[in-house]
Amino acid sequence: MTIERFTGKVAGAALVAGLCLAGTARAAETISVVTFGGAYEAAATKAYFEPFTKETGVGFAKEAYDGGLAKLSAMVEAKNTTWDLIDLESNDAITGCDEGLLQKLDLSALGDTSDFIPGSITPCAIATMVWSTVFAYDSTKLATAPKSIADFFDTKTFPGKRGLRKSPKATLEWALLADGVPAAEVYKVLGTPEGVDRAFKKLDTIKKDIVWWEAGAQAPQLLADGAVVMTQAYNGRISNAVKEQGKPFVTVWDGQVYDFEWWGVPTGAKNGDAAKKFIAFQAKPEILSQLAKYIAYAPPRTKAVDLIDAETLKGMPTAPANFGNAVQIDVPFWTDNFDALNKRFTAWLAQ
Amino acid sequence: MTVATDRDDRAGAFRRARRRDARRAFALALPLLAFLLVTFIAPIALLLTRGVQNPELGQAMPGLAAALKSWDGTGLPDERIAAALAAELPKAQAEGTLGTLARRLNFDLPEFRSLLLKTARRLPATSDNWMAALAAMDERWSKPEVWHVLRRAAIDPTPDYLLAGLDAKVGPEGGVVSAPAGEAVYVDAFARTFWISAVVTLLCLLLGYPVAWLLANLPPKPAGRLMILVIVPFWTSLLVRTTAWYVLLQPGGVVNSLLLSLGIVSEPLALVFNRTGVLIGMTHILLPFMILAIYSVMKGISPVYMRAALSLGAHPAVAFLRIYLPQTLPGVGAGCFLVFVLAIGYYITPALLGGAGDEMISQLIAIQTNQQLNWGLAGALSAYLVLFTLVFYFIFNRLVGVDRLRFG
Repeated sequence: MTIERFTGKVAGAALVAGLCLAGTARAAETISVVTFGGAYEAAATKAYFEPFTKETGVGFAKEAYDGGLAKLSAMVEAKNTTWDLIDLESNDAITGCDEGLLQKLDLSALGDTSDFIPGSITPCAIATMVWSTVFAYDSTKLATAPKSIADFFDTKTFPGKRGLRKSPKATLEWALLADGVPAAEVYKVLGTPEGVDRAFKKLDTIKKDIVWWEAGAQAPQLLADGAVVMTQAYNGRISNAVKEQGKPFVTVWDGQVYDFEWWGVPTGAKNGDAAKKFIAFQAKPEILSQLAKYIAYAPPRTKAVDLIDAETLKGMPTAPANFGNAVQIDVPFWTDNFDALNKRFTAWLAQ
Repeated sequence: MTVATDRDDRAGAFRRARRRDARRAFALALPLLAFLLVTFIAPIALLLTRGVQNPELGQAMPGLAAALKSWDGTGLPDERIAAALAAELPKAQAEGTLGTLARRLNFDLPEFRSLLLKTARRLPATSDNWMAALAAMDERWSKPEVWHVLRRAAIDPTPDYLLAGLDAKVGPEGGVVSAPAGEAVYVDAFARTFWISAVVTLLCLLLGYPVAWLLANLPPKPAGRLMILVIVPFWTSLLVRTTAWYVLLQPGGVVNSLLLSLGIVSEPLALVFNRTGVLIGMTHILLPFMILAIYSVMKGISPVYMRAALSLGAHPAVAFLRIYLPQTLPGVGAGCFLVFVLAIGYYITPALLGGAGDEMISQLIAIQTNQQLNWGLAGALSAYLVLFTLVFYFIFNRLVGVDRLRFG
């Protein structure tokens, strides 16, 4: 055995031993958290994770996913859940609870919850912020500024490509809003076959001008590349592009479709108790209000909103000036009808 | 006599030795076979069986499932079935199986999910006429189609997912009916997938054949340099190459800026978010497979045949067509087969470079797997994809012979 080979083996053995030790040491005090990643994960790290680690010593192992319950469902089915804490969209929070993929939470740990926005607490998930689907344009590329959803659909006054998420969600709502349906009646109209026809007919008028995107990060990218003159986007992505990269993007709040973002603990989570402690910790107004410093998503309780300064508040979906013509996404409607409408949407896309 | 026995002994010893060698070779391959079984064959088989499994109703409400099986399915069911539903609904809710069942039924009929959950919430403790009680709670319970969906959900294994994958379902009268035009998605998507794959295969062949010829006929040094140009993209991540094409092809991208500044076009060409983008991206990504498959065959063709044909007076074009080209056909067949089969499973490239009308079947399978959790339909669609791949494999084997599939 040569010297090199010997030292190589020793180094290898030491590395393996080190990794094993690190593994056991981490497992005891780490919450395995899965979020939508990107700017939101970075903001949550600063606002929620780091203060929690400081107070309790419990660390976080972060992972990103694209939403949906497929992975979680497979883990629970295989009885090997590797996540402890999960960042959820509304429909997943509700379906996941119905199907036993999420644990029931002890709501008494939250203390007084009277100031939470109605509907932001469910048996299995607690809302952590309000986010919104809006549209944005590049102010250097458009001579006149679009002001409303109707302008988004007006290709005569505002020629050029538009970016839209390749999903019937929010898109069909916008088509009806642009066609003159009041925000309060959107889901009533969309619940009828005539309403669905009406939405698709309105979409037909801009179909050839649409560039479809799928991942949230694509929207600001399309706008920056000049591939579109305006695009549907998640409000935080646009405000971050403005704040951090100095992009000349302007958000149009008219017809924003807003929704909650949730924390839940998956069934069979190995560090579920620590994750539940974290959920109660981040729900405190002084912690919840921190997120707004890093990304333009609003807290779901008024006590936390009160702690945010007026300037930051202006860029929030829930700011009075932005909230005028807002539509709250109807989660039960979409859980019931997504499959059917998505089929119709897919067929319509290919026509 | 002794000579014959001797020969028999020797033959027997030879056979035994052969068998021992075969066993040893098999034992050496065992780890690989086990690996393939665990990581490849078993998961695929599991997924494919999902395409016919239909256990949700039977697990959540076994009594109702049994009662539905004995019902002929005409009109509205009798009181016995309604009572079975009412009896097992609270139980399923308590056991936590109701949510899964509600999601399953919603695949077949929109709003079935909320109907079932709402009924579970408001169900009275007792009733002497459950049919009327259900209808009073929600009028949808008096619609035959609701019960028809329940009856179909009781059949396990079911052909319904496989039918849904072909835009069809079993109608109330028992016959197979096609989905209306606005809801038919999958047959078109399969046709589109095969069409895009065929065009990509043809483009790869047209572009790849001359390159493979160059590689096989240049002196070693320039051939080696040229080979690097083929191999390096081959080693580069698919996502990186797709994104690179997006950067190149977008309206303000490199290609359009160049064309505009040279005055060839007056406004940017639509090169991305449409079929053009998908074809460019996929052709570029799959081209090395075609080149390498053809190259490996061309490398083995002796130049003497061409020389002989030319020296006997054949026109170069005729000599190429009648002598050289037929010898390269195994490589062409192998390249086309590889490119086509890889192309029909493409997912990221059409998603990033394609537009509204360019969805390939893998994208639709991904929606069913990740968003809808409809693993039955995802399994059925995947089964068709595997089936079509096997059909192409069979055709290829018949035309070219799979033993001639060489690579590099």
